[in-house]
Amino acid sequence: MTPLMQIPYEQLDNAYRLAPEIVLCASGILIMLIDPFTSAPRKRLMGWLGFVGMLGALAALGVSSRHAGAAYSGLVMVDGFSLFMHAIVIVVGALVMLGSFHYLDEERVQRGEYYALILFAVTGMCILSGANELVTAFLGLEMSSIATYILAGFRRTALKSNEASLKYFLLGSFATAFFLYGIAMVYGATGQTGIPAIAGVLASASPSPLLVLGVGMIFVGLGFKVVIAPFQIYAPDVYEGAPTPVAGLLASAPKAATFALLLRVFYTSFSTVGPLWFWAVWIAAVLSMVVGNFAALTQTNVKRMLAYSSIAHAGYIMVAFAALTAVGMAAALFYLAAYALMKLGAFLVVTELGGTGEKRLEIKDYAGLGTQQPVLAACFALFLLSLLGLPLTGGFVGKFYAFQAGLDSRLVWLVVIAALNTIVGAYYYLQVIVVMYFREPQTEFPAQRTGGPLRVALMACAIGVIYLGVFPSRVMHYAYASAQALLSR
Amino acid sequence: MPPHGHLLSVITFLPLLGVVALLCLRAEDRTWMRRIALATALADLVISLLLLPGFHMADSGYQFRETFSWITAPPIFYNIGVDGISLFLILLTTFLTPLAILCSWVSITERVREFFIMMLVLEVGLIGVFASLDLFLFFFFWEVMLIPMYFLIGIWGHGRKIYAAVKFILYTMLGSILMLVAIIWLYNVTHSFELPDILAALQSGTVQVPMKTEMLMFGAFFLAFAIKVPLFPLHTWLPDAHTEAPTAGSVILAGVMLKLGTYGMLRFCLPLFPEASHRLAPLIATLAIIGIVYGALVAMVQTNMKRLIAYTSVSHLGFVVLGIFAFSSISIQGAIFQMLSHGVSTGGLFLAAGMLYDRRHTYEIKEYGGLATPLPNLMSFFLFICLSSLALPMLNGFVGEFLILVGVFEQHVAWAAWATSGAVLSATYLLWMYQRVALGEVTVERNNELADATPREKTILVVVSVAILFMGVASPLFTRRMQPATENLLHQMDRPHSSGPVLAARPAAARSGDRAVLANVPAAALERAPIVPR
Repeated sequence: MTPLMQIPYEQLDNAYRLAPEIVLCASGILIMLIDPFTSAPRKRLMGWLGFVGMLGALAALGVSSRHAGAAYSGLVMVDGFSLFMHAIVIVVGALVMLGSFHYLDEERVQRGEYYALILFAVTGMCILSGANELVTAFLGLEMSSIATYILAGFRRTALKSNEASLKYFLLGSFATAFFLYGIAMVYGATGQTGIPAIAGVLASASPSPLLVLGVGMIFVGLGFKVVIAPFQIYAPDVYEGAPTPVAGLLASAPKAATFALLLRVFYTSFSTVGPLWFWAVWIAAVLSMVVGNFAALTQTNVKRMLAYSSIAHAGYIMVAFAALTAVGMAAALFYLAAYALMKLGAFLVVTELGGTGEKRLEIKDYAGLGTQQPVLAACFALFLLSLLGLPLTGGFVGKFYAFQAGLDSRLVWLVVIAALNTIVGAYYYLQVIVVMYFREPQTEFPAQRTGGPLRVALMACAIGVIYLGVFPSRVMHYAYASAQALLSR
Repeated sequence: MPPHGHLLSVITFLPLLGVVALLCLRAEDRTWMRRIALATALADLVISLLLLPGFHMADSGYQFRETFSWITAPPIFYNIGVDGISLFLILLTTFLTPLAILCSWVSITERVREFFIMMLVLEVGLIGVFASLDLFLFFFFWEVMLIPMYFLIGIWGHGRKIYAAVKFILYTMLGSILMLVAIIWLYNVTHSFELPDILAALQSGTVQVPMKTEMLMFGAFFLAFAIKVPLFPLHTWLPDAHTEAPTAGSVILAGVMLKLGTYGMLRFCLPLFPEASHRLAPLIATLAIIGIVYGALVAMVQTNMKRLIAYTSVSHLGFVVLGIFAFSSISIQGAIFQMLSHGVSTGGLFLAAGMLYDRRHTYEIKEYGGLATPLPNLMSFFLFICLSSLALPMLNGFVGEFLILVGVFEQHVAWAAWATSGAVLSATYLLWMYQRVALGEVTVERNNELADATPREKTILVVVSVAILFMGVASPLFTRRMQPATENLLHQMDRPHSSGPVLAARPAAARSGDRAVLANVPAAALERAPIVPR
């Protein structure tokens, strides 16, 4: 005789596996509900609520890691790989919140929905990094994209912010359309949308023209989102116009989450048709590095410079991607972790220095920062040196692993091109340091305007960058183990 | 725990203690900052001298070894040790750093704390490079050291300092990033970053590197080192960096940093890639000889004292490279000795020039003239250092140059003949500079009022002069310790197992020729120069 009511263990397991997403989404909805009832001076509370939501999601990550496996009939996968990416995007989201409190006050746009949108965007990215099925991935992509379109335009009165939002929306919609078409064509060619299922079909079938087209469109669609050349056109304008903390979010978290999907799809589903797309990756890597670095050389605006540098960094990650081995995947994961921290850190410094209305964004405005604000300048120098790839920083170890993965797969020329590109990069990163330390101040910097949260976020980024640079072993072991687990399935 | 404790680690990282102490001081305690920096550097010097009694002279391998696991993916070790080659270079670093700090005593008035922090961090990086036996660790220190030097030039330099600083760092990075690629490549071939393990694997033949790969890797390593040396035609960053750097920066740059290049060639290029070294030796020697002559000729026509001294480095380091790529034990010992003596002499020249700059704030030679009258003490020391730099017998410069020329002569008479011309030219440009600066009537009126050397400056100059004389007369104390390491190095270049079609007959023959010559050299050298050790 069966008991009257069965505890739905399977459903419970599914819920555990999606725990971080559930916590994030619930906090977002909670903020939306409470927001109308809070008075204007207390809006900051919403931010703290969101931050607590992020911490809750990190804790929920612990829960889901104990219930690893496929959820909802294989739509979502909880494995080492997805947990790694979850951790990156949630940490980035939490730090962006801390960095935004004061900024929103200054810009007079302190509103609850800002934090709710960040939570929703992060939820989308979490789904993206755990998706094991293409339509689910599309949902995640849309969820994160739509939230970030609004965030990019959050400084409603600023023309540039509006421009950023519209541009991001129009081009982003194109990209998601490409992605969706790609999914449809791959479905047409294989009859499957599950990522492992596609791999199963392709293992025995020869690639049809429809499949080639589908793979190409998926690559283009995701290439837009990770900002690799030649799909990079929008990035500098969007990052420049978006509120600076949002730019920090855009440059790090969606890139990490979309790279996760890119790696998962191309390393598993399309691994058997590697020759079809290997050269596309190779060329995109070279183009991104060259275009990003050389365009960054001539920038005078810090945000634009950082935007171009993020294109170049996508290129370095593509070098690891092109290795097509577990080592390459692990290197890409590690690089993404280090990159997210240093890029976000750099944008947080820019947030702090920009001042009300984002007035100080030219590199020359930073003259004399080294003597006037030594701590901030030192943090910025650290992030720039990490982006440059100097030892002691996570950026260096990331490049080291990427180069190693490339050389391991005998991509000597690609690695040499990447190496030479870092020298080009060195020039413009050092240029900022030159201005901060070697030039006399032109404008007086106000004494420390902000305290608490932003500084905590900055310190967290700085400590993370140094930790990854000095003791990378643990993170790398984890990345490698999860890459191997994913590829051996 | 090794019997010597962690002596080498202590020497490497002691300056960081000074950095911490400097950070604790209040901004107005400038005198204390200077004292603490000097005390730290002196303490490091004293502790580094403890290496000498503990160093086993007959042992050709690495001593004072310390090995800890640092990164486990891929396996990277904190693996340090010294042999007869790096021992003295570490001592040179700890010797020159206190002098460089002392010479900045009054000339650095802005951002004093940061200046001394940079100097001490630089010392850590330099000692770390010489002590590293793990390729990753080596690269780590190699890059870390760039940053303090970049700031030293960029913040406390003069004239076109930013241009010079950026040029310096970009040039160096261009070389080193390709070296990183080669290091990783080597790891993928040998599965190790430990120099001793890699050498053992290559020597025993368990790992074979195709000739083309070896040439490429050699090229990547060599480019990094050649830029650092700097070897003609990669030297163009050097005059700018030297001219615009503050005195202390120039002293460390010329005294120690340039040696990183030649040290790297000895430590990595030769033993790791012997075939490529042999094949490219004629080309490299030609460049070295061009550097010797060209550096000397360009030095002769300089009107700026510091630029002149900078070009003498191009010329003198050319000798070192030539000595290394003659592959004889004598010439390599000479090269190491020349590295040390160039460090002391050129460091001394920059210190003396810096003292003149402190008085007149110019390096233009035409602004001086007849200084021997108002500045008798300073100018006598200056002359002494010039003489050492132009290799007067009894002084340190002579020993190195002589050993190099002897060693090179045994192998290639023509190389030696060309190189000798550089020795002659060096007398010309240095003595001519001295004549224009010190001798004759005082040409610029206000130079009459200049004050002679202060006790602080005399201390610096006496220490340098004593070192010059000591190295000149007691060179066997040095070479005796270098000899086992150099012979071990030549032995490491043998690849008994790698015979195959790629091995041309010539290098093999040349190497057996080396052995034959080596057997003869001691006696011959002993006859000609009693000061040569044996």
